[in-house]
Amino acid sequence: MSIIKTINLNKIYNETVVPVHAVKDVNLEFEQGEFTAIIGPSGCGKTTLLNLIGGLDSPTSGEVIIDGTNISNLKPKEVIDFRLRNIGFVFQSYNLVPVLTAKENVEFIMQLQGSDKSKRDERVKILFEQIGLIDRMNDRPSKMSGGQQQRVAVARALASKPKFILADEPTANLDSAATSNLLDIMLKLNETENTTFIFSTHDSRVIERARRLITLKDGQVEKVE
Amino acid sequence: MVLSIAWKNVWRNKLRSIIVIASITIGLIGGIFYLAFSNGMVQTQIESAINNEISNIEIHNPSYLINDETKFGINNTGEIIEKLKTVDGIKSITTRLKSIAMVSSATTGTGILLNGIDIQKEIETTNINNKIVEGSYFEKPTRNPIVIGKKLADKLKVKIGSKIVVTLQNMNEDITYGAFKIVGIYKTDNTNFDLFNTFTQKEDLNNLLSYKNNEATEIAILLNHNDLTDTVAAEIKKIFAQDIEDKDIVIRSWKEIQPMLQMMNEMTIQFTMIFVAIILFALSFGIINTMLMAIMERVREIGMLMAIGMSKIKVFLMIMMETIFLSITGGILGIVISWILVQFSFKTGIDLSAVGEGLNSWGYSSFIRPELDLIYYFMIALLVIFTAIFASILPARKALKLIPSEAVRQDI
Repeated sequence: MSIIKTINLNKIYNETVVPVHAVKDVNLEFEQGEFTAIIGPSGCGKTTLLNLIGGLDSPTSGEVIIDGTNISNLKPKEVIDFRLRNIGFVFQSYNLVPVLTAKENVEFIMQLQGSDKSKRDERVKILFEQIGLIDRMNDRPSKMSGGQQQRVAVARALASKPKFILADEPTANLDSAATSNLLDIMLKLNETENTTFIFSTHDSRVIERARRLITLKDGQVEKVE
Repeated sequence: MVLSIAWKNVWRNKLRSIIVIASITIGLIGGIFYLAFSNGMVQTQIESAINNEISNIEIHNPSYLINDETKFGINNTGEIIEKLKTVDGIKSITTRLKSIAMVSSATTGTGILLNGIDIQKEIETTNINNKIVEGSYFEKPTRNPIVIGKKLADKLKVKIGSKIVVTLQNMNEDITYGAFKIVGIYKTDNTNFDLFNTFTQKEDLNNLLSYKNNEATEIAILLNHNDLTDTVAAEIKKIFAQDIEDKDIVIRSWKEIQPMLQMMNEMTIQFTMIFVAIILFALSFGIINTMLMAIMERVREIGMLMAIGMSKIKVFLMIMMETIFLSITGGILGIVISWILVQFSFKTGIDLSAVGEGLNSWGYSSFIRPELDLIYYFMIALLVIFTAIFASILPARKALKLIPSEAVRQDI
């Protein structure tokens, strides 16, 4: 059974002025444990599609069904709670909270979920071991390299034990070594923990290692391979 | 969690936060010190009026208040004083024989109020004995001694030892006069009081006005503390309810005798509190501006927090708490520093003798001791909290209007 299903998904911006059809009749299914990259040129609708799947944006028409829940029918407050409990996000520019330590950044989402301290401590330790930054967990993001910050962002996305992780161009700001390191970690998590990763990217280094590629063109699915 | 992150966010841009906190602190110090200074000025004036002029409570014949002639006196002062002695909170009681008179020196003449006093009781009740600048307060036995104000002495061009002639009307409405020798010259903070009030021994004036020893035109009561005025006045009125009903006597507290003083006391506080509120209102726009800047710089971060599942109410609370922490830090500093400053300046006092003449002509002392009750610090603390909440609403609303999908990708 698919974990994510999009049915006739459409997103049109500026409907009344100059309509821009960012996502056009997209029908896709994603299975648990996928390591998928959504690719295509700039402006093809990769980020819009990820935003629709992640509930950050609402479709003009069509449906997004996640694990049996049609998130298009949820109220705004319910969507926020759904995101908190089911979806992990990794952003292009890390977006860590600079006044919190790496540990606090990862712990924060669990605090939002209402986890108690002992559970948080245990989970944070495991995650930092997995991303290889156990000795840096008390550092502030400003003391870390871009690659390290993005690894912390992955740990933060995983902290809430989401059903899948959406990563919007996660390697765009990283050099080759950092990209390779990040992809190693994500692939390892995918293989060992069966974590589902869905990327939007036009980075060839990510495309090479993705197990499934979805190519978008002008908002439509051109190819799935 | 929200509180912790909000507090940390306050210190994200230290310089900017310190500038805002400093502006709140300085604004509050200015406002509170002005409040304490104005209050100190009025309190000094009230204290001066009570200790030098009217005491806390006075008893008169009701007719004397309408037409201050000596024939409208109180006959049974001894009996009244005995009853007053049973009331708690009274420090001293004295009787006075007051008469409007004309005084003439070798060069000029003027109208005065001649106060016939029981010297020992008066020393216990008023401070005029401590305001002597020349001569003494009836220390050397002399026939018909008189103590006059510095302003009157200057006007009459007289000095210690000079003789002045006082012309007045006795109980039988006959004009009488007496020669008095100046033994002392006093100076209070009120030049109008000094120009008008003179003091002599009651027995000397009794003879001139054909008064008996247990008769007086005024009974003045000094209390242990000014705060007791209303309760003690009420108790005394209760004791003498029948005499009051029979219109034999009238009992008034200083608030009734000089309602202007009471009005000034209340109005000064009210006006200055409005002044403090205006300062805080103006400061709130600085706080709003700072917080809006802070949000503009953190659009991506706030977008991320909303994207990962931070509810709108928590985002709103986080921004609100940041604003409140910023304001309250300044507020606490401002109130604490002001309190220290007010306590210190109360001890040392502020000498304004350079403009003393002007202040004295309005009845104000030229030596001010700023003072402020704790209740006003508490009220100002509430004003700061209110300002903080007011200032936090706009930035918090601004943060809520961010759309997470756009905010996370915004270039700063």
